[in-house]
Amino acid sequence: MTDVFDIAVVGAGPAGGNAALAAARNGLRVVLLDEQPQAGGQVWRAKSAAILKAPKTIETLAGDVLRRAIASSDVTHLHGARVWQISREGDNWQCHILRDGKSEPVQATSLILAPGAREYVQPVQGWTTPGVIGLAGATALFKQNLIVPGQRTVVSGTGPLVFYVASEIRRLGGEVAGIVTPNTRRDWLQALPVMLGKPKLLMRGAVWMVDLMLARVPIYWGHTVTEVLGTTQVSGVQVSKLDADWTPKMQVTTLQADSLCLGHGLIPQIEAAQMLGVGITHDPASGGWVPNAQDDGSTNIGNLYLCGDGTGIRGADAAAVQGRVTGMRAASDLGSDTDQDMRAAHNEWRRAAGFGMAMTALSIPRAGMARWTTAETIVCRCEGIIKQSVLGEVATGAATTNAVKSGVRAGMGPCGGKYCQTAVAALIADHKGTDVSNIAPPTPRPPLRPVPLGALAGSFDYDDLPIPKPAPL
Amino acid sequence: MTYDIAIIGGGIMGCSTALRVVAGGMKAIVLDQGDLGQGASGVNAGTLSLQIKRVKLMPYALKGHHLWEEMGAAVGFAKTGGYTLAFNDREAELLKERQTMKAEAGAPIEFVSNNRLRAAEPGLTQKVVAASYCAEDGYANSSLTGQYYRGCLQDAGIEYREQNAVTAIKKLKAGIFEIATPQGVVYAKRLLLAAGAWLKPLAALLDVNLPVNARINTVSVTERMPPLMSSVIGHATGLLTMKQKANGTVLIGGGWQGRGTPQEGRGEVDVASVRPNLALAQYALPALGDARVLRSWTGFEANVPDFYPLAGALPNVPDAYVLGCVRGGYTIGPYIGQLMGNFILGREPEMPLFDPGRTFQEDTI
Ligand SMILES: Cc1cc2nc3c(=O)[nH]c(=O)nc-3n(C[C@H](O)[C@H](O)[C@H](O)COP(=O)(O)OP(=O)(O)OC[C@H]3O[C@@H](n4cnc5c(N)ncnc54)[C@H](O)[C@@H]3O)c2cc1C
Repeated sequence: MTDVFDIAVVGAGPAGGNAALAAARNGLRVVLLDEQPQAGGQVWRAKSAAILKAPKTIETLAGDVLRRAIASSDVTHLHGARVWQISREGDNWQCHILRDGKSEPVQATSLILAPGAREYVQPVQGWTTPGVIGLAGATALFKQNLIVPGQRTVVSGTGPLVFYVASEIRRLGGEVAGIVTPNTRRDWLQALPVMLGKPKLLMRGAVWMVDLMLARVPIYWGHTVTEVLGTTQVSGVQVSKLDADWTPKMQVTTLQADSLCLGHGLIPQIEAAQMLGVGITHDPASGGWVPNAQDDGSTNIGNLYLCGDGTGIRGADAAAVQGRVTGMRAASDLGSDTDQDMRAAHNEWRRAAGFGMAMTALSIPRAGMARWTTAETIVCRCEGIIKQSVLGEVATGAATTNAVKSGVRAGMGPCGGKYCQTAVAALIADHKGTDVSNIAPPTPRPPLRPVPLGALAGSFDYDDLPIPKPAPL
Repeated sequence: MTYDIAIIGGGIMGCSTALRVVAGGMKAIVLDQGDLGQGASGVNAGTLSLQIKRVKLMPYALKGHHLWEEMGAAVGFAKTGGYTLAFNDREAELLKERQTMKAEAGAPIEFVSNNRLRAAEPGLTQKVVAASYCAEDGYANSSLTGQYYRGCLQDAGIEYREQNAVTAIKKLKAGIFEIATPQGVVYAKRLLLAAGAWLKPLAALLDVNLPVNARINTVSVTERMPPLMSSVIGHATGLLTMKQKANGTVLIGGGWQGRGTPQEGRGEVDVASVRPNLALAQYALPALGDARVLRSWTGFEANVPDFYPLAGALPNVPDAYVLGCVRGGYTIGPYIGQLMGNFILGREPEMPLFDPGRTFQEDTI
């Protein structure tokens, strides 16, 4: 693809999809890049063809609207396109995508990054046992394939997702052994005023709760899973009561189950923005480290915009509006007269973001989480590194996440540290007696996602390899 | 408190010199703008290969190899032997000429038949035209540089400060250096500049102009793979080095150039150069095509126009020294640091140093 688009959008979720639509509506030539087979992102994920007849959820419907809008727009949607590196080439951005097993460049004048979020799972003893999956991972199973995680599942974690996952498991015919959430009823009462402004979502939550109550699913408020039992497969979990800073107080019960869904909020995916030189700030209310961007998506780097959960966890509705605002902003910066009132959209975004913020607040980590792990608990699951190894490295002087990564390989595996760095940073901060906001994540490196070497190398003729002159003798 | 010497730069050059001067009785402090061993010394490919060393530096490299062997498991040392490959006649000629000279300079390098190569490394391509072998070759794990030297400095009771960039240096009347850092001022009677690719701006603080440039070398690593090779594999031009670590990951380097400058940060991988680098690796070892690349990164390797080290007294500033720009500096670092330390202690070095005050001529091959 050698022609230059006006705008490339990375990520086809609510934010990126709407950014692409808004920019295209305002006359720009837009290419939308996403590695999934269809638009929708994590939350508005499309169902696989095998289960198309299944009843539609709110998310599938929202996703269908987006997918239809993209299909009937002028947006060039390259699906199955994994963006593995982005660089600046002269006046343009170049996104290197892996598609059909080949790497190719896509060029654009402006770039909108909407990479969304990933799930944070706070390690507990046994969390890598087969049968444990992330809460967000579970929702992907439901949405795409209508599969439940097991016969009898414990659902544990923070925020609204535990209730959604538990009721979906029941709806799809699974059994929920219990819901274990560090949040208390009081935490939820604090979120209530904002929720009242979103009656539809509140109703939906009420439906889940009524269903769970009728089914007499036990809900452990202010509790956490402190240990996963079983060696080759989950056989149960131990549940402990938490105090106000989420330090486990005492073990209260063991729940028998063959599976566990576990998750503690979402983390913005900031690596691409960081690699392009955008600064980052620690903001627990937004999900941790966030790139520095304006509400309208603009950054201190020309022609680079960010939107959606990748800039702070505000949820799907806010992401969709922010995507629209960002698409318009990028279009107007390239000289288009925008068709919608930016200010009205901005206010709409504020309302939606307020709700998302209240939900994110339920997942803000608390100090006591450091005590959900033991010395033996695996912290970096790719490399199988236990907490004690990390602590040993920190105690002998490694003071940054980069130093811990170099010393014990925490973060050198396939995930590139995306999943362990929050826990590693917390251990360093704890040892130094400082706040996690002083412990930056490790330097991100390309590829943004692993890529087969052969695909990067491409087909080549040996004689055409541009071998420079050899080093001095 | 006035130190006998302040060492600016906690890479392999700074740390190894610190250990020697302190063993000789001096009180030293090491200052680094980041973490110890996170510059070139912590991100390099870790190849310990005599076959890619400059002829004139061979005696230093041989000494360096022995020191790495002594450091052993703590630095992930492995002596695997290494093959250097030529894929066409032109490269075969280059290989012959270069490795013969290196063998004459003392490296135990021999030329090997295709049969022997295949028996040792069955995964390599059949397209090899000529190959050389050196039993001394191997690798160490550069990621462990920081951890290793941090431990050594602690054991030797040497003070070090990380996240501590030197921003100004003044020579006071009494002949003492006043070194400004964000964590306060440090006083020292002597100074060693060991700031790697950052030497030029550092020396400029003392009004000395060192003609230091930086190359931006790229390295890539794959996920863990089943055994694919057991020795270090190189290319006649030096533009490929690769090895499979004990954990199964394959590290691919060769000095392909990324983008950026030391002042701007950690540098950026250039797709246009990393792709041929990986293609060359796959050409040499076809099964690599299936390995997923997990990370590519860059590091800054300093050099001066003649590509020989800066090792000796800093011109025009009494009691100030400089050590850096050593080609193959990871291999040679532990040894040249000892030489430098002895020089600073006023002892006769075992081998000659490289006067930083020399006139530089552009190097020709
Ligand atoms: C990618 C790459 C691959 C390589 N591969 C190999 C190989 O396979 N084999 C081999 O033998 N050699 C290799 N080399 C070369 C080798 O890594 C270097 O020669 C060697 O590490 C240089 O060590 P150094 O201590 O001079 O520099 P560095 O390790 O860069 O140390 C300099 C230190 O100075 C600090 N500093 C700079 N300015 C200041 C300041 N103002 N105040 C305080 N601190 C400061 C920096 O933070 C840094 O830690 C490679 C180099 C690179 C970059």
